[in-house]
Amino acid sequence: METGSLDALDRRILLATQRGLPLVARPYHAVAEQVGTSAEAVMARMQHMLDAGIIRRIGAVPNHYALGYVANGMTVWDVADDRVFALGDAVGRLDAVSHCYLRPRKRPEWPYNLFAMVHGHDRAEVEHKAGQIAELLGDACSAHAILYSTRILKKTGLRFA
Amino acid sequence: MDALDRAIVNRLQDGFPLCERPYAAVAAELGCGEDELLARLDDLLDTRILSRFGPMYHAERLGGGLCLVAMKIPPTDFERVAALVNALPEVAHNYEREHVFNMWFVLATETPQGLSDALARIEHDTGYSVYAMPKLREFFVELKLRA
Repeated sequence: METGSLDALDRRILLATQRGLPLVARPYHAVAEQVGTSAEAVMARMQHMLDAGIIRRIGAVPNHYALGYVANGMTVWDVADDRVFALGDAVGRLDAVSHCYLRPRKRPEWPYNLFAMVHGHDRAEVEHKAGQIAELLGDACSAHAILYSTRILKKTGLRFA
Repeated sequence: MDALDRAIVNRLQDGFPLCERPYAAVAAELGCGEDELLARLDDLLDTRILSRFGPMYHAERLGGGLCLVAMKIPPTDFERVAALVNALPEVAHNYEREHVFNMWFVLATETPQGLSDALARIEHDTGYSVYAMPKLREFFVELKLRA
């Protein structure tokens, strides 16, 4: 597999940890045993991958639904191209927004270029939060929609073979 | 979930130490024992309150491809197409949404070329068009869902 800036040891660490960190008292020792190196080397390589942004973070990913955030709205906005960079930064800073991306439009069916994910305990909360985004975008935005998720069809995260 | 479960879910979204006994270190912060934290974490994963726990790798920085893809599937054909799409290991997650564009999934591939191969395969297997919407820019946010 092609893994950009990963060396062979990094790659073995990735394969051993992509499904999760072992739930044992010394997890990095367990990974080290699996990949054939020392725990110190595993921790050093993982620190390096964190510093390089190859690992975003080590931590837990909660299931929104199980935490009561049952309304999950992908809010999408058609924002003027000359203003979307500055406005996207501002939208991303709103507490209500968990992910914010600029993406290509697919005209005529899909006029939206700014995507902001909003989670709420119900749809009214999502709509209230979307209202804050609409206010911030003002006349730079000509259309928007909220796409609620109705079902998780798959959620496995990143997997390399 | 009790108060300790909530504290664990919140704390573990904040990062996890790289040290010999990281669970013991986090347990000390939370005021519980290492064994208790490990048992709780096992339960939180088993009951799917947490989808996963561990390092989160950044696909593009690994030299791979990552792309959000939308499809418009007639409701009567939705389950068949969902099964075909989900069968691909490159599909990291997939959501049904209320819209004409009713299927939204993320493709994560080992190489950028892998993306176009997977997209072509999905169109071929399902008979429907794919709308690839790769991110052009990611605006900074901090994802934290309070439990």
